[in-house]
Order: sequence, then structure tokens, then C-alpha cells
Amino acid sequence: MTRILMKGNEAIGAAAIKAGCRYFFGYPITPQNELPEFMSKEMPKVDGVYVQAESEVAAINMVYGAAGTGARVMTSSSSPGIALKQEGITYIAGAELPCVIVNISRGGPGLGGIQPSQADYFQSTRGGGNGDYRLLVYAPASLQEAVDLVIEAFDAADYYRNPVMVIGDGMIGQMMEPVEFREPATKRELPTKDWATTGTNSSRKPNIINSLALDPEELEKHNIKLDKKYKEMEEKEVRYEMYKMEDAEVVMVAYGTTARIAKNAVDALEKEGIKVGLIRPITLWPFPYKAFKEIPATAKALLSVEMSMGQMIDDVKIANEGRLPVEFYGRAGGMIPTPEAIAAKVKDILGGAK
Amino acid sequence: MSTEKIIMAGFGGQGVMSMGQLLTYAGMIENKQVSWLPSYGPEMRGGTANCSVIVSDSLIGSPIITQDATAVIVMNLPSLIKFEKNLRANGRVLINSSLIEKKAERQDVEDYYIPANEIANEIGNLRVANMVMLGAYLELTKAVSVDSVIEAFKKVYGAGKEHLIPLNKEALERGAAVVRG
Repeated sequence: MTRILMKGNEAIGAAAIKAGCRYFFGYPITPQNELPEFMSKEMPKVDGVYVQAESEVAAINMVYGAAGTGARVMTSSSSPGIALKQEGITYIAGAELPCVIVNISRGGPGLGGIQPSQADYFQSTRGGGNGDYRLLVYAPASLQEAVDLVIEAFDAADYYRNPVMVIGDGMIGQMMEPVEFREPATKRELPTKDWATTGTNSSRKPNIINSLALDPEELEKHNIKLDKKYKEMEEKEVRYEMYKMEDAEVVMVAYGTTARIAKNAVDALEKEGIKVGLIRPITLWPFPYKAFKEIPATAKALLSVEMSMGQMIDDVKIANEGRLPVEFYGRAGGMIPTPEAIAAKVKDILGGAK
Repeated sequence: MSTEKIIMAGFGGQGVMSMGQLLTYAGMIENKQVSWLPSYGPEMRGGTANCSVIVSDSLIGSPIITQDATAVIVMNLPSLIKFEKNLRANGRVLINSSLIEKKAERQDVEDYYIPANEIANEIGNLRVANMVMLGAYLELTKAVSVDSVIEAFKKVYGAGKEHLIPLNKEALERGAAVVRG
């Protein structure tokens, strides 16, 4: 396969089409606009459907409808737009339907700004919607990884009958890198969609898509069934990368483009003789708690680096189980941490410059 | 060449984004690691537009260039003021002297003055001023070959724009000549 130079938003759209997505419902918001724009051009070429809905709420409910028919369907938005979609997302999770949701996130709260941010960690991993549900959440750090994970997301969504979120900050959406489109790394045995509302043809009982269950006994059974699925995800879907962990004195934890900046800091510190490692969660949910079991005995502290005021740090603390001090460095509002500032924080933790 | 980190900046319409994309694409053609990161947002309307390009023989970490730019190519004065500080020591600043009278302030960088607008006008189209600057940059760094840039031009702009290739080649060459000395 040849590599093509693409903008992140467009590469994500192309990956979705490659994965067999034929329905896209969206509503404009910066910094993800090139994604629906790309879909509006490309969907008709593959006999697909693109609709610019009248609102985010409408778009996610169109996704709900299309997913109910068993179609591969996607929507995308950015932070406040994803907030608007939460009602639909919890309904889709409750009704056990597959779909892919892309969040090219920006600074908040409220309308916030349009520059890159990771302040939607809670929103995506702790449920922006109501009820006991989980999303499988992928956080790519490069465009190649974004493309791979989007293609995989459709399979994972079908396998679990659950919404899958791909979250990238504004940088992932806006930057250009070479990408190639390849088959998913994980081969999944996908179940037939015998639950889909495709018309009975008078030959079977109607399928019902619903998230309402007024009988508490029945709803609890449903909750337990969903939970079993989430437990399976926790067991099988955790992904992470470990970088230069050997003899590390400080272990950083960072995801998405922040992890790339953190890697630069790791490399710069290495040149100064300071050993720092990096745990990069690729799935935000399920969080790679088990990666923290592999932290070397040389480690004196953990450092969560985020483009937020500190959200993932909660999971870092859970993973740490009280063993090491957990420090934080973050920039917010669309400001991006520099490798220099991260390196300075590491030196600070180690008690001044060596 | 190990790693080239270039910030290109100017006002909207000076072709800084496409100059960056051509360099990035050319790097990819040469099987190098590349990234292109644009500024986006309200500042693009009338203010400075800029992009950060990395072309490297090894894997690229962050696509952001902070204080370690190996080169800064500036098409207008606000860009020079904004980005000169991002250069690493011994980095190169390429200044469009047609629009910028000011000299580089830093003593620890190499400065080059290219009358890009004048040269572009001379060869018949102001819109290739960006290519004049790119030509100068390539002559200094050999980051990618001119042939790869032309190959990239064909890929990015398609067959419909192939008639513009001689003009763009000339712009690249004229820019190179300024810094060849």
C-alpha cells in the first residue's frame, strides 16, 4: 500500500469509508469541520448517505436510527457538540447498537475555544450521559494510528454492539501526516446482526430497538448483561504503549498528541542523563491499569501530563494504588505544553536540576 | 540531513500553507518522516498564517516546533517578529526582503534576505513568491530535492496545473540563486 499525505480530519473520514461506513450524520463545529466536509464529497461516490442535520441532537438520533438497521454509521463533532449528543449516546448504548463517534476536542467548559484540548477525558470515560454504560474510547497519537483505530472501531462496535468513541485533540484533526489504509490488527469474529430492524418480510417476529425498561427486575438483568460486556472489554481491549521505561526515575503518563510532546521531553532528558519513561494509554476506557504493574523499582514518582487541569490523573491514581507520589503538569484552554516545560517539571520533581 | 524543523509564516494568501505542504509531500516522496501542522482559528482571517513542517530521517515526536526550529521562513514583518525567537542557535531565518525592511535581531542565527516579491514579479507572477523562498531554503539545506518538490506539485495540484510547472521551477531556481552567493 502506498502512503498518502492527508489532513487528520480527512484521513479519519477516509478510514471510516474504508471500514464500510455508509452513513454519516453531522453538524459543523471547529476543529472537525473538514471531516463532515470530506464525507459530504465522498459518501455519494460510494452510494453512501451524508446528512448535515439541523443540530447535534438530530445528528446523533439519526445515528441511532441508522444503527438500528444494522448499518455502519458514524458521527463526529467537537467537545460542546459531543456534550449535546450525550442523550443519544446513552440511548444507543442502552439499546445495544453499534456506532462510531469521533470527538476532535477543543477547550471548554461551555463553548470554550477552538484550540486543542484534552478536557473531555471525564466526558468520554465517565459517561456524559445517564445510566450504567461505557464507551470503548480510543485516543490516537498520530494520523496513522487514528486511521487504524477508526477502521478497528467499526469492528469493535459491531462485536460488542456498543458505541465506540475515537477522541483526538484539535491537532490530530488539523495536522497532515502520511497514512496508509490497512486491515485491522485484531481480527474479530463478527456476529450476524439478527437484531436489526430491517423489515420482517412476514417471516419472523419484529425486532424492537428500545432503551426503556420499566420493570426494575428486567432492567437490572439488562444492566448485568451490559456489565458483562464491559468486563469483557476491560479484559480484551486495553491498549497502551510503554516508552523507555527501563530504569526510569520518573514515569510520565500522557495520551494523544500530548504523549508525543512528552516523548520529546523524555528524549531531551535522556541526553542530560535523566531517565524518564512514558506510559501512553491508547484506550482511555478501558484504562490500562495493568501497565502500571510494570513500572520499574527505580521509579520515584508518576507525572500525569495533560491538556486539561487534571482529569486522567484520577485514573493514574487508581492505577498507582497509593504506591508513588502522583504529580501533575497540564496546560488548558487550548494552550499546548512544551517539551521544555515538561522537562523542567520532571527536574523539579527530582529535586532541582542535575 | 537529520531533522529539519521549519516554521513558515506570512499573511493569508502568500501561500505559506501550500509551500509547507509541498515540502512535506516532497519529504514523503523521499521516504522521509514528515508532519505538517497549521495554525488554525480566527488569526487566519487577515492576520498571520503559519505552519510547522518537520522532515526527518527518524521518527517524529511532537509535530509542534517550540524553541528548536532549524529554519524560519517569513513572508511579512509580523511573522519575523513573532517567530525569530523560535529558532535554535545557528538556525536559519529566511526573510522576504521585498516586504520586510527590518533585519534579524538575533546574532546567533544565520540570516538571509530574499526579495521574493520582486523576483516573482520579474518572472511574471507574484503568486510564486512562496516558491522563491522555498527555492532559497532548499538550496541552503538540501532538505529535499527540487525534483521531489516538482513531483509533489504534480500530486497536490493535479494535471490541470501542470502548465505552471516551468514557472514554479524558475521561481525555485531564482530563490536558490540569491543564497548561492
